[in-house]
Amino acid sequence: MEEMRIVFAGFGGQGLLFAGKVVAYAGLIEDREVSWLPSYGPEMRGGTANCSVTLSDEPIGSPLIMDPNNLIAMNQPSLIKFENDVTPGGRIFVDTSLVNRLPERTDVEVFALEATNMAEDAELKGLANIVLVGKLLKETSFCSYETIEAAIRKAVPPRKAALIEKNLQALKLGYDA
Amino acid sequence: MSEKVLMKGNEAIAESAIRAGCRFFFGYPITPQTELAAYMAKRMPKEGGTYLQAESEVAAINMVYGAAAAGARVMTSSSSPGVSLKSEGVSYIAGADLPCLIINIERGGPGLGSIQPSQSDYWQATRALGHGDFQMVVYAPSTVQEMANLAYGAFDIADKYRTPVMILGDGMLGQMMEPVALPEPKTDLPEKPWATTGHQGKRAKNIANSLYLDANELEQSNIERFKRYEVIKATEQMSEEVNCDDAEIIVVAFGASSRIARSAVRAAREEGIKAGLFRPITLWPFPVDALEATKSHAKAYLSVEMNMGQMVDDVRLVVRDSAPVEFYGRTGGVIPTPVEVLEKIRQINEGLGE
Repeated sequence: MEEMRIVFAGFGGQGLLFAGKVVAYAGLIEDREVSWLPSYGPEMRGGTANCSVTLSDEPIGSPLIMDPNNLIAMNQPSLIKFENDVTPGGRIFVDTSLVNRLPERTDVEVFALEATNMAEDAELKGLANIVLVGKLLKETSFCSYETIEAAIRKAVPPRKAALIEKNLQALKLGYDA
Repeated sequence: MSEKVLMKGNEAIAESAIRAGCRFFFGYPITPQTELAAYMAKRMPKEGGTYLQAESEVAAINMVYGAAAAGARVMTSSSSPGVSLKSEGVSYIAGADLPCLIINIERGGPGLGSIQPSQSDYWQATRALGHGDFQMVVYAPSTVQEMANLAYGAFDIADKYRTPVMILGDGMLGQMMEPVALPEPKTDLPEKPWATTGHQGKRAKNIANSLYLDANELEQSNIERFKRYEVIKATEQMSEEVNCDDAEIIVVAFGASSRIARSAVRAAREEGIKAGLFRPITLWPFPVDALEATKSHAKAYLSVEMNMGQMVDDVRLVVRDSAPVEFYGRTGGVIPTPVEVLEKIRQINEGLGE
C-alpha cells in the first residue's frame, strides 16, 4: 500500500493531534507500521500546532516528516509553512473556512473544504478536524471505513465516550463532502 | 504480551516500569519528559505506589537513594539539565551500591539549551554521571516498544548488579507514539537481604552509605565494584546489526539517530553501496565484541549522532587503525535527515574507490 506521510497543521486547540491519533490508530488496527510525532514547545500556546503521522509497510525511520505526501492545513500560517514541503503529486487538504487563499502549487492535488463551517452547521462544533479526516479517507482510501470508525472508538478517551457519536457524524460529513 | 496500543515513549516507559514492580517515583517536571511523570502521577496511586513531585531534582534523587536503600524498585526521570542536577545523588547511589532506574529524555545543551531532541549527554551517561570511580549500565532504545522492553528489564539488571541503570532517550522518542505491546506484570521480585528494612534484633544491621574514612576500605569497595563491571562488560553487551554481514561502510548510530541512519543505509543499498547499520543498544557497556567482529570486512565507519561527536570516541577505541572512522551529526535539537546521512555515505564510498 501507498506509504502515508501526513502532516496535520493548524492552531493549538483545533484537535490536530487528535486527528493524527485517529489516523495512527487506523494504521495500528490494520497492522501497519505507525508513527505519530507532535510538535512540542512554546509554539503550541496559541500558535501553530502540528503532528506528523506515518503509515507504512516498512519500518519507519524518522517519525519527523520533512516530505509529506498529504498535508492537512487548518490555518493560513500552516499552509504557508508546509505547502512547499509536499511532494509532487501529493495532496493538500485546506479548511477554507479559515484559510483565505488556496495553495499556489499546481503539481499537487488540492481539496478545499469549509470544514469548520460544515461542522458548525451540523452542530458538530470543534470537529472540523474529523471532517477533514473523513475527506482524507475518501480521497486516499488509506484504510477501510470500518477501521476508521474503530479507530475513533479507540482514540476517544473513556471519560469522553459521549463524543464518539459526534465524531462518527463528523467523519461521515467529511467523507460524503 | 497484551494487545498493542498507541503510546508515547514517555508513557510506555512509565507503564512498563510499573509492570516491572516499580512502586516509587520521585521527580521534578521538565520538557520533554513531562508525560512520564504525569503518567506516573495518574497510575502510581492506583497500584498502591508512591508518586512524589519533589521540590527539586536534588531532592528527588535523594528520595530515590532512600527508597533504593530500603529495597524498593524505584526510579526517577528527567531531561538533560535536570539530570545534571541529579549527578551528585547518582554518585552516592553508585557508591552505596544501590539499584535504581534513571531516565534521561535528552534535549539540546549545554546549559538550559533547547527543548528539542538531542543526544549530547552521551559522554555524561557513559563516562561520568557524577564524581568518583563508577559507571552504570546505559540503555539506548530506538522505538517505543524497545523503551517499554528495556525499562521492564532494567530493574532486574539494577538489582542483579546493585547498580543504577540509565535509559538514555531523547525528546523525539519520548514524544512520539508507536504501537506497543506491554509486558505482563512481574510478581517474582528478588529478595534483597542487604536492604535497610529494620533488623528487629534478628540479624546484623544493614547500612547504606558511601562514606569511607579509611582509604584502604574505599579502595577495596571500588575494586569489588569494578569486578562486577567486568562481569557486566562480559555478559550484558547488546547491539543490533542491519545488513552488516557484507558491509564495507558501517554506520554506527543509537537511539533516534539510528532510525534516520537506518533509512539512509536502506537508500544506500538501493544505490548499490554496501552499507550496514550497527546499532548499540547498551552504550555502557559499549558493544565492543560485536563491533570488533565487523572489522574483518568493513573498510570505513561512520558515527551518526545528534551531538558534536561523542560516541565516535568509543567507535574509534574499537576500530583503532583498522579503518577510518568518520562522524556526521546535527546538534542543538536539530534532527538530521536521511538525505544528509546518505550524502555522507556516498562521499565515503567515493573515497573507498580511490
